[in-house]
Formats: sequence, C-alpha cells, structure tokens
Amino acid sequence: MSTSENSQSRERGKAPAGERVADWADGRLGIYSLAKSNMRKIFPDHWSFMLGEVCMYSFIIIILTGVYLTLFFHPSMNEVAYHGSYVPLQGQLMSEAFNSTLHISFDVRGGLLIRQIHHWAALIFLAGMFVHMMRVFFTGAFRKPREINWLFGFLLFVLGMFTGFTGYSLPDDLLSGTGVRFTEGAILSMPIVGTYISYFLFGGEFPGHDFVARFYSIHILLLPGIMLGLMVGHLILVFYHKHTQFAGPGKSEKNVVGMPLLPVYMAKAGGFFFLVFGVIAAIAATTQINPIWAMGPYRPDQVSTGAQPDWYMGFAEGLIRYMPGWEVNFWGHTLVLGVFIPLVLFGLVLGAIAVYPFIESWVTGDKSEHHILDRPRNAPTRTGFGVAWVTVYMVGLVGGGNDLIATHFHLSINDVTWFVRIFFFAGPVIAFVVTKRICLGLQRRDREKVLHGRETGIIKRLPHGEFIEVHEPLSQEQLHTLTAHHQYEPAQVGPAVDENGVERKIKGSEKLRAKLSNAYYGEDNQIPKPTVEEYKEITSGHGHH
Amino acid sequence: MSSQDIPEENLPAEQDHAHAHTAVSVADEKDPFSDPGLPPHEHRIQDIDERAAKRSERVVAMLFTVSMLATVGFIASYVTIPKDKSIFVFPIGHISALNFALGLTLGAALFCIGAGAVHWARTLMSDVEVADERHAISAPPEVKAKVLADFKQGAKESALGRRKLIRNTMFGALTLVPLSGVVLLRDLGPLPGTSLRHTAWSKGKLLVNMNTNEPLRPSDVAVGSLTFAKPEGVEESQEDFQNVMAKAALMIIRLQPDNIKDKRELEWSHEGIVAYSKICTHVGCPISLYEQQTHHVLCPCHQSTFDLSDGARVIFGPAGHALPQLRIGVSEEGYLQALGDFEEPVGPAFWERG
Repeated sequence: MSTSENSQSRERGKAPAGERVADWADGRLGIYSLAKSNMRKIFPDHWSFMLGEVCMYSFIIIILTGVYLTLFFHPSMNEVAYHGSYVPLQGQLMSEAFNSTLHISFDVRGGLLIRQIHHWAALIFLAGMFVHMMRVFFTGAFRKPREINWLFGFLLFVLGMFTGFTGYSLPDDLLSGTGVRFTEGAILSMPIVGTYISYFLFGGEFPGHDFVARFYSIHILLLPGIMLGLMVGHLILVFYHKHTQFAGPGKSEKNVVGMPLLPVYMAKAGGFFFLVFGVIAAIAATTQINPIWAMGPYRPDQVSTGAQPDWYMGFAEGLIRYMPGWEVNFWGHTLVLGVFIPLVLFGLVLGAIAVYPFIESWVTGDKSEHHILDRPRNAPTRTGFGVAWVTVYMVGLVGGGNDLIATHFHLSINDVTWFVRIFFFAGPVIAFVVTKRICLGLQRRDREKVLHGRETGIIKRLPHGEFIEVHEPLSQEQLHTLTAHHQYEPAQVGPAVDENGVERKIKGSEKLRAKLSNAYYGEDNQIPKPTVEEYKEITSGHGHH
Repeated sequence: MSSQDIPEENLPAEQDHAHAHTAVSVADEKDPFSDPGLPPHEHRIQDIDERAAKRSERVVAMLFTVSMLATVGFIASYVTIPKDKSIFVFPIGHISALNFALGLTLGAALFCIGAGAVHWARTLMSDVEVADERHAISAPPEVKAKVLADFKQGAKESALGRRKLIRNTMFGALTLVPLSGVVLLRDLGPLPGTSLRHTAWSKGKLLVNMNTNEPLRPSDVAVGSLTFAKPEGVEESQEDFQNVMAKAALMIIRLQPDNIKDKRELEWSHEGIVAYSKICTHVGCPISLYEQQTHHVLCPCHQSTFDLSDGARVIFGPAGHALPQLRIGVSEEGYLQALGDFEEPVGPAFWERG
C-alpha cells in the first residue's frame, strides 16, 4: 500500500507531508539517525517492568497538577482573616498559605480534585519508587553496568521524600505544622550547627514568617528540577543499557528479547500513562486526602492526636518515636542523642541500600556485565539482606504509627514501643535467616524438579502393588530456564607466600572479602545447581522417580 | 467460538504445536540444559480469525468513544454542578458532588484511552517476540587508546602540568569563588544568640486563660483540670504571636499539695497549682493529653509521658528531660502571676543548652 502511495506522490513530484516534515527536522536535528536505532528498539515484557513506569507517570501527573496549583496558591505566612465559603472557619486568623489552600479546595471548581490528585499521585510516586527499587534489588538488576542508574534511582527516592515533605508542609495546617516543628526539633539536635541551621532555615525562631515561602521554592523548583534531571538521566541510561530480562529460552546476556517500541510499546506504555492517571483521578474523586479544613490552621501551641506524616516519612517518624531519650550534658553543652541518633540512622539505613551494589560487586569480584536477572532465590544472601532491610523499614513504619496501632488493636502504647525497640535489632536478623533458609529450600526444589521432573499428582499402582507418584520430565525450555543462572565460587585468601616463596602480609580486607564471599557462595549458602552429568545419570539409568 | 469457524489456511500448522510442547525425549542429547532458542510464536485468536480481530477493533473504538463521552460529562459537570452541593455516596458518605463528578468523569476519560491503547496493542498489534543484539558498553581498546592519547595531547598543549603556578592559582580561585555564595546565605536568619533561653514570661506577668482571654485566679483552676495559659499582653492578632506561643505556651493543673512528690515543684507551686511548659522537650509538640488520676501528661506526637506530680520527669517515651516549670504566685489583686521566666530553655534540647 505504501509503495503505491509513494509512487503516486512521486508522480506529483512531492513526498507526503509527514515525510517532508521529517526531512525538514532531519536536516536540523538528525532525527533519522536517532530513530534508526530507537524506533524499533526492543523492550522485554514482564509485569514488574511497569513499576518504574508507574513512578514516571505519577511524577508527570504531579508536575501537571502542581503547575495548576501554583496558579492559585499563595506561599505567604501573612495572617489574614478567612472569608471564604467554608463556614466553620469564618473569621478565623490564618496564614495566606492556609487561606489560599481553602480557596483552592472550596472556591475553585475542580481545585479540590487537582489537589487530591496531586497528593495521591505523590503517595503513589513514592510507593512506586519503593517497590520499583525492591524489584531492581531482588532481581540483581543493579549489577554492572547499572550501578550508576541505581544511584540515580536512589537519589530520586530520597529527593522524592523531601519534595513530598516540603509539599505537604505548604498549606500551613495544624498537622503539617506539627511535622515542621518536628523537623525543627530534629535540626536543633545536631551538634554545634543545629541551632544555626534552624535559624537560617526558619529565618529566626520557629515558626517565623519565612518557611512557607522557602519550602515553596524548594518544593516547586529546586528539588523537582534536580529530580527531572535525574529522571531524564535515568531514562537515557535505561535506553543506553537496554532493558534487563529474565532467563528463558532464546534469552542470553548478548541479546534482548521482546517487542518493538513502535508500535507495541508506544501503545502499551503510552496507554499505561492514561491508565495510571485515570486510576489516580478516580481515587481523588472518591477518597479524601489531607482535609486541611478539618485540622485548622497551624498554631505552635495546639496539636491533634493521631498525628501522622505521609507514609514515606513514617520510617523516620518511627525512629524518632522508639529511640530512648538519651541526653548527654558536658562542659555547658548538650548532646541530644535521643533525637540525633535517629537522624543519623535515617541516613545510614537509606545509605545501606544505596551502597549495596558496590559491596556485592566487591565481594564477587565480578567485572562482567549482567543483563539476565537473578531470581531472588538464586541469590540467597542478597535476598536475605534485602528482606532484612525491608524489615527495618517496616519496623520503622510500625513504630511511626505506634499510637494508631495501640488504639486500633487495644494494645498498650508502651508495649508497642518496646516491641519495635527490640524488633529494630531482632527483626532484620530473623528476617535474614528465615529468608535465606527459604531461598535455599526453593533452590533445592528447583534442583529436584530439574533432576526428577514435575510432580504431576498422579498416583500410579505398579503390578507388584507399589504406589508411585508419576513425575513428568521438564521440557528443554524449562530445564534451561532453571539452570541458566551463574553460581560463583567463594573467593579464597591468596597463598600465604608470594611467587618467590617469601611470606607476604595478608591484608585484612582480603580476609574480610574471603569471609563475606564464603557467606555468599560457600557450602550451605547456595545449593549447587544440577549438572548435565547428574541429569543424564538419573534420566538414562533407572527410569521412574 | 469453535475452531471450525476459522478458515483452514489461517490455523497454525500442526508441527508448531508439536514443537511448543517438546518433551525431554527430544531434548538436546548432548546438553539438555542448553538454550533451545526462542519458542515458536503462538498465534492469538485475532491473528487467525478476522471476526475476532473485528471484535477487538470494536472494543477499542468503544473505549475511545466512552472516553470522549466522559470528557463531555466532565465539562457538563463543571458547568452545572454547584460547588457547595454535597451528595451521599455509599459507602463513602457525604462528599462534594462536584469533586465526585469531575474526578470520575476525568478518571473514565483517561482510563478508557489507556485501556483502549493497551487492548489495541495486546490484541491487534504484532506480538511476535524479536531479539535485539546487545553491544558492549565499554569501548574497544583502540578507541580507549585514541581517547587517552587525545587527552594526553590536550593536557600537554595546555601546559597545565608544567606551569604549576597557573594550575595552583586557578585551583585557588575556583575554590574561593563559591565562598561568595556561602556568604550570601548569611542573612537567611539572625544568629541564635540566647533567644532560645528566653520566653515572654517575666516576673509579674499574669497567667491569662487561652480560652476565655481572662487572667486566672487560683479559684478558676479546679483539682484535676487542665488549663492552657499565655502571658498577659499577648494577643492572637500580634505579628509575633506564633513565635511567642511556640515558647511561652503554658499548661496549668491543680494537684493536692500532698501529692506533689518533688520538693522544688511544691515550692514553685501555689496552693497545689503548678505551671509547666506545654512544649514537649523531645521535638517541640504541644503536650495536650492529661490523665487526672495519675497526673501524667502525654505528648500526642511521640508519646513522651511526664509525671506532673514529680517535677514533670519523663516516665516513658523519647523525651530526654523534664518539662520546665514556671514559678508562680499570686498578685496583689489575687490573680495567678509568674515569678520570673523559665529557669531553663523550653522545648527541644540543643547543643548550647547545657
């Protein structure tokens, strides 16, 4: 069809309009060369690959709705009396920020909807990034060459937390103001510089008249600007590295199997943006979020019970709630460990997951590229560490909601707090051990399946009366998929003498590496995958199993 | 739909089927674990039956049409529904009709575009998997050698390594220039000085009830009640009201003098009336939950618990030290008054607190 069209247009001596536009653009931007490698770029298909898309789309939705909100929001802390259409607050003194947020919610048609989409999308953005990060972690997608992209993603997650925090602080309502006060208290706890940073951030004493305007510029310009840059970088690297894929027939480290960007992924991914947006709009239509009018304007001498930050700050909230109130006074100074340690832990726990790829690559000493994903079971130590990390995070969330857990489940708040204090230490250890056991068990099962076939559930009675379960041998596709993963040998400490027979000093780092490597890949820390010889012996020899 | 309806020539060939379920018996003899290559493509019903494809086409078109109607509905809702109208929706309850209508129509308009596009991609676009070659990320050795040589040449031509004076002064200048930016941040706020040590309380200031805005008399404070107070002369309309209250907020309770365990607390009280800072010493939330029987107050933010009958010491939670007490007495007119400022800083601890 296209050829006949072409020949027709040639007769008139002109290319079709689209082609002429493309020619024009190519002469200036070189789009044909760009499209040559990208238009039919292959994307592998797996449900977990859409998690990152959820993040990207919710970020776009946040930007779109956020720009709309800036048209009506006044980032000012000047006190005004309320005269809008929400009757219960008539005449009350409040900041212009709070006043304009009420205006958006009650007097701008659709304003409440956009506000709620903005807030819901932020929660989903952060949740999406968390789950996406876990997907990348547990499948080992962070390995070479993607370590830098892992850091980009990690930074997006951390900056997303602070963008969210500065955003929900803007309406200057009683709940968010309490959160800002908490932040001020945490800043004050920093040794030597705490009071200065606090005074510089708030323009003097808390709350002052500046923080809404300052948070506003941080929230709408500084942080999202950096995040936009990081996200573009993240995507460029995804394109450049090409997508990872799970092991399977026809898939190797050298190829990427899937469907082309044009048209399938264009339609699927493009359509998915609308799906995400549509779902968030429906949530915003039906589920109220952050009803600032019910909380009232911020007053430093008032508070409501059950005060909770947005979920992604719950982990930090938990750390600060279950830390004992240690204070050390010396030489006229106070070391506020009860608040400062949680502040440091917050950074350390997040940092631990960020640097993990570098630790693992040091332990394995593996310098090759990895494009085939690991199944979590095939990396038991990594998976154990990941689950331990998630456990710490979740203990923090539980601790951050200790009051709600106490009231909802009729428990003593003291018991809940003690539970999280103990579980902050015990939880990750238990999680690590249990997860590793489960992974090894699953590896044994895979080994069993490969060697003896799939349990069919069919019980057969043999002529001499014996009952056996019929095992069905796996197809070559399945055999390949279950045995495609690489198993490392544990690293050894090098010989104690060098090539000249002189005793050499073995470095501590070398010993540590050997130890860690053994913990990763030593005996009992991974189940040797079946070899072809084992398989052949069993299948050729004694038939049924 | 039975397979008889599908034209014979469109049906997948028999051997395709056989291959898709290859058993081990036909697996590679030498290495049964080796990669058998991409499995053969399995046709969808839309690939072999034009009627099924037509049906898919109609579904996609219907979804796009629903989206158009939903957008019309959005505009109609925006124009017709008053913004203060509320409706009852089970199980959510009474909600804004406008928000509900706008959100659902917008949601439907967007969702249907997405659903249509995805359905189109899944049923009508080719689902044949193709393999793309990957290329090594790192450059081949000769490229690396060329780049390193170029760099060396450039570095040599710049003479940066040879003319150390230029190099050192340039680094010096580049290190110093950001200092201007740092210095400019100085006016973000005043220096703390001793401001965190002082509040609006001073000797002779009356304790004014937050609710009634009237000075308190001892008789106004009943045993077991919790009253919040501010210093006299502080009004909500004042510019610095928030800053003043962030430090000066006070809670007043009355205990039986016999129940006061702490000696200093008793001295600083008046007829069993004690005044404590309302600002939690943990991270500064206002404390507001009072338990009459035990004389405990609980901060609702992080659950620090203080015993008001024992110098407000911390009995549970993350707070690091007791709530500061305000020394109170009675003025000549019989009103409760402060006998000075707090003796120690109120609110969260900080480095200079000591």
